[in-house]
Amino acid sequence: MLAKGQPVSVSPPRNPDEVFSILDEDGNVRKGVRAPEVPDEACLKLYRGLLQVRLVDDRYMKLQRQGRLGFYMQSTGEEATHFGGAYALRDSDWVFPSYREPGLAFWRGYSLTDFTNQLFGNCEDPVKGRQMPVHHSARWLNFVSISSPVGTQIPQAVGMAMAARISKKDDVALVYFGEGATSTGQFHVGMNFAGVFKAPCIFFCRNNGWAISTSREKQTASKSFAVKALAYGMPGVLVDGNDLLAIIAVMEDAVKRARAGEGPTLVEALTYRRGGHSSSDDPNAYRDPTEVAAWEAQDPIERWRRYLVKRNLWSQELHDRYAQEITDEMMAALKHAESLGPPPVESMFDDVFAELPPHLAEQKAECLAGPRPKSGHGGH
Amino acid sequence: MPVYNIIQAVNDALRLEMKRDPRVVVLGEDVGKFGGVFRATSGLYDEFGPDRVMDTPLAESGIIGTAIGMALYGLKPVPEIQFADFIYPAYDQIVNELAKFRYRSGGQYPTPVVIRTPYGGGIRGGHYHSQSPEAYFVHTPGLKVVIPSNPYDAKGLLLSAIRGEDPVIFMEPKRVYRAAKGEVPEDDYTIPIGQAKIVREGSQVTLLCYGAMVHTCMEAAEKAAAEGFDPEIIDLRTLLPLDTETVLQSVRKTGRVVIAHEAPRTCGYGAELAAMIAERALLSLEAPIARVTGFDTPFPYTLENEYLPSPDRVAQAIKQTATY
Repeated sequence: MLAKGQPVSVSPPRNPDEVFSILDEDGNVRKGVRAPEVPDEACLKLYRGLLQVRLVDDRYMKLQRQGRLGFYMQSTGEEATHFGGAYALRDSDWVFPSYREPGLAFWRGYSLTDFTNQLFGNCEDPVKGRQMPVHHSARWLNFVSISSPVGTQIPQAVGMAMAARISKKDDVALVYFGEGATSTGQFHVGMNFAGVFKAPCIFFCRNNGWAISTSREKQTASKSFAVKALAYGMPGVLVDGNDLLAIIAVMEDAVKRARAGEGPTLVEALTYRRGGHSSSDDPNAYRDPTEVAAWEAQDPIERWRRYLVKRNLWSQELHDRYAQEITDEMMAALKHAESLGPPPVESMFDDVFAELPPHLAEQKAECLAGPRPKSGHGGH
Repeated sequence: MPVYNIIQAVNDALRLEMKRDPRVVVLGEDVGKFGGVFRATSGLYDEFGPDRVMDTPLAESGIIGTAIGMALYGLKPVPEIQFADFIYPAYDQIVNELAKFRYRSGGQYPTPVVIRTPYGGGIRGGHYHSQSPEAYFVHTPGLKVVIPSNPYDAKGLLLSAIRGEDPVIFMEPKRVYRAAKGEVPEDDYTIPIGQAKIVREGSQVTLLCYGAMVHTCMEAAEKAAAEGFDPEIIDLRTLLPLDTETVLQSVRKTGRVVIAHEAPRTCGYGAELAAMIAERALLSLEAPIARVTGFDTPFPYTLENEYLPSPDRVAQAIKQTATY
């Protein structure tokens, strides 16, 4: 966290241990900083997006506590990281998410209906009830299927970026992961391949301080995560993860470099996971609650709101209208998702291969003919 | 028609398909300028350039992880894992990612990656250049597993694998890489995945094998035949999906089964074959199913000939099973 009065660099720094920030806590552009130009309309769309993630998280965590949803993962306090990355891309670029960036999908057009159907694993779930909640996949948005094992998407994103270059396209890959993932071999392997092949790939590390109960200090002895970029021959940038404008600036720079064939960048966004890892853990069991309170005072949405106030874009009426629209859409999506049954049992055998091979056809027939549970829906 | 060994047949298939389909790319350790440690990708770098024949850093999980990303974007990567023994760093990418991408995304993201890797013993390579890890991959839903035994099949099966829409583990029998020679058409042809082949017709015992073991079994059959036995040999060619019909027809005819593979016995592929036959043709059996396999030890260096199923061990199993 940036302490009050802590010096920050005024342009994306060369020193990856130095935090880059544009907006101060009151939403003012810091002196001497060149802020990216974000049009009014986009500023408001970003605000609406931030608000949507916050409202959806609040509502769906409650739903999980009520036993209506099997599992959930919230992003509270990290919303700016989703939109700073999303904003800098064009639609043909690809996103390789981890499990805590729903805002990226929303920005690209993922509806709350699809989002909610996935959580319920029902018959309209875009991934056909194949994965537990929050493991979205939206090919039509170039938002790649989410995997639970940490870090596996990193070399895959590099491969996609290499493929874009081989195919003479200037699409870029943006891959998200938490700071815990930097301890995996996949991170080092992916960074190394990207450096060697100059892949147009942006590595976005959400350093939220915690990997379930393991603190950031137990993941690395280095001062920052961004500094790891240097060993792979690429720039590393440490950015204030609760400052949407700063993330946009850093990302726009990284995307421009990647698209121009200048290679990959590692971005470390310094933020904080205010909730638990998932609905399955209680963070009070392993960390000091005062730490959370300190970060609540650094809220990324509030900072963006203050910035919009300075630009005369924000009003309570507008906020209320957004909140109402989101809530209405969410409630309709929920009602719809809860009304739907599970996918048909036959679908369990689809998509293992392009075509159903004989042994699976036999097992499918056996499954349909045999005794079956009253409900095939194990999700919740 | 040219006479090729398996390496030349693989090389020919890769070249043919890279010419035909610009989406096909090759990547791996030393596959570029050098042409691979076994020379399977020889000449491809000069012909197709560094964008389509990529020398990668030394990291198997990166080779397969990036290959998956390339396939997601629409390419058809054919990565090489230099020895099957080195495939384990990529195991998570293969088993949790490659095999499951299509399924877990509800059919949105197919990942047609064909992983070529030399496997098996008999080259004095010790533990880390001799293993046969096929069963791990057969046990993973979403992967096809193909193992040719000769140059003709290697070319036809590899072309089928690359043209398919599914991930394939394509294991090449390195002991007979150069020793197995045969006529290979220069033209384009494919052999369907999932079809076994009867390579020796016989009436008395069904001998099930694949890869390098086909050659061991042929030798064993000659020895047994010299003593009046008449085994039938089936080269499975594809382990998954298995051609159960060809296997069962033979078993119903002979009533006796010997299974040979190099991999350790317990939970080896032979266990699945034996179970499948027991489920579907038990009443046709006249003798217990026999397995001639590697032992349940790590692969030894000095004693590899003791470890590997030999023609004599297979011949003995043929005779015992035939006379049970």
